[in-house]
Amino acid sequence: MLRIALQMLFGDRAKFYGILIGLTFATLLITQQSAIFVGLMTRTYALIEEIPQADLWVADPTLQFVDDTKPMAVTALDRVRSVQGVEWASPLFKSILVAKLPNGGRQLCDVIGVDDATLIGAPATVVEGKVEDLRKPDAIFVETRGARKQLAQPATDDPRGPKRPMAVGDVLELNEKRAVVVGIAETRPSFQNVPTIYTTYFRAIGFAPANRRTLSMILVKAAPGQDLETLRLRIERETGLSAYTPGEFSWKTLDYWMKQTGIPINFGIAILLGFLVGVAIAGQMFYNFTLDNLKYFGAMKAMGATSGQLLGMVALQGMAAGALGLGLGLGATALFGLSVPPDRLAFKLIWQLPLISAGAVTVIVVGASSLSMLKVIRLDPKEVFSG
Amino acid sequence: MTGSAAIHASAIAKTYGTGDAAVQALRGVDLQANFGEMVALVGPSGCGKTTLISILAGLLSRDGGELRLAGTDPDALDNNARTLWRREHVGFIFQQFNLVPQISVLENVAIPLLLRGDHRGTSLERAAQLLERVGLKGREASQPHKLSGGQQQRVAIARSLVHGPSILVCDEPTSALDGATGQRVMELVREQGCRPDRLVVLVTHDERIFHFADRIVHMDDGRVTRVVDAKSEVAALRAAQAMENPR
Repeated sequence: MLRIALQMLFGDRAKFYGILIGLTFATLLITQQSAIFVGLMTRTYALIEEIPQADLWVADPTLQFVDDTKPMAVTALDRVRSVQGVEWASPLFKSILVAKLPNGGRQLCDVIGVDDATLIGAPATVVEGKVEDLRKPDAIFVETRGARKQLAQPATDDPRGPKRPMAVGDVLELNEKRAVVVGIAETRPSFQNVPTIYTTYFRAIGFAPANRRTLSMILVKAAPGQDLETLRLRIERETGLSAYTPGEFSWKTLDYWMKQTGIPINFGIAILLGFLVGVAIAGQMFYNFTLDNLKYFGAMKAMGATSGQLLGMVALQGMAAGALGLGLGLGATALFGLSVPPDRLAFKLIWQLPLISAGAVTVIVVGASSLSMLKVIRLDPKEVFSG
Repeated sequence: MTGSAAIHASAIAKTYGTGDAAVQALRGVDLQANFGEMVALVGPSGCGKTTLISILAGLLSRDGGELRLAGTDPDALDNNARTLWRREHVGFIFQQFNLVPQISVLENVAIPLLLRGDHRGTSLERAAQLLERVGLKGREASQPHKLSGGQQQRVAIARSLVHGPSILVCDEPTSALDGATGQRVMELVREQGCRPDRLVVLVTHDERIFHFADRIVHMDDGRVTRVVDAKSEVAALRAAQAMENPR
């Protein structure tokens, strides 16, 4: 009878395709919007992932997220270095500055200043040039996306003509100070979507407007064998600063964006919409499909089908439609993800998202099936008689 | 089993609703029918035919009276046991055929066997035999909607007989068919359905098929008003028609 149940489902092509399209579209909307949300949120802590050498990130206690730099006095670096269990501590400068481009245009840039001596914090994936070139006078690195887009320069003398990516040798100004591109690096896309410029800490301070406090964050490496949590608490106790593991710092940043912005609500609405589309189209259509077949279920009930057999048939029909719709929806989402360049759209399909979509589709299908089953259970077999 | 009681019904009563809204559908129906017979229940709309046939098919419980269907009182069984009893002992032919449109004719016929868990291959083989008996050999793979009304009812007849029921319930089997097709369908029901070990109960308004029955049970207002031999009923009807349309 289960085979007949599937034949009934696949045989009613108009309704079957309707159910399938509804579930596919719902899965696509739910998964795709969730993946974009996850991708966007991941970008908020891209800098933390860019510097894997640091065991701990130390910052001003009032800092709310990684881009919310609250400059500290440079003496904080020495205080952290003096804490027992710290193998090394490096300064990190981070600030948004205005760059004057070779063509005269101006562009906001995220300037990262890394330790002059060790260059800890410099980009790991260098596309052109050498990281050591950062020690050259006025040297900066730019990242590929920014070089291709916001920092791109006219390829010819015509300022409105075609553009070329910013390249090694190009000169720009940061706060009226000369900066020479000595390298291009590949980095993770950031949430702010402004070009990132890397240079050394002291040169970055020189680029920035004068400020008594210039130290944005301190990167700490724990001594071998040092328990990280103990060290974290010790740094906080002895310096009065806040220290975070990369994971904690990422979560703190994520938490800020989740709670302080409308992003989750906006995406939540889109995801809810996907769910409602599933309920409205697929759920409704599946219910109608069962109603259309009610007289056949009634005839089967008269002929001796138990309620269990009929419920099994309806459940199988629901599961089959759900599994196919989910599969097609996830496939479509994956194709979407593959077709969109990563620097154009934040899209991160983590393994949990298909499970969430499967849960949503299950709710839709179980809801529609339950209503259908209720009809089948209440079905009075004598209704099949004409009288 | 010919001649032994397939139905023993005494003072069967059935009321729908309660209080002022109560409707007495059956008011003490007595009916005896034997295996090997075809009994036609006739009467005006609302006389209780459908209620009686539903009780005789084990689909509806009575409120009063005594009932034995092939030796069993279906109301003494719990819901599940009654469903299983029906599965084994009752075959149905419906007015609107009720063939599942998305599956083949062969699978439609096999449904009663598949419901009781018979092996699919064996069930389909048996269904093919029944289709051959009703003259539909070669149409096994067809979808029901590709057949004519008469052919669809023949599929329904094959379905009703495939599991060898002891009671065959036919609800207005010809009312969706034209006269000639209805006659052929009833010939088939008579030929294939009537067996010494089977009772055929027919509900109909169609006087043209009365002659297929052995006995005619007239009902009115929830009661059996008279039970007559079909031959004498048909003869009386023809005489009445001849009086109305003299040539």
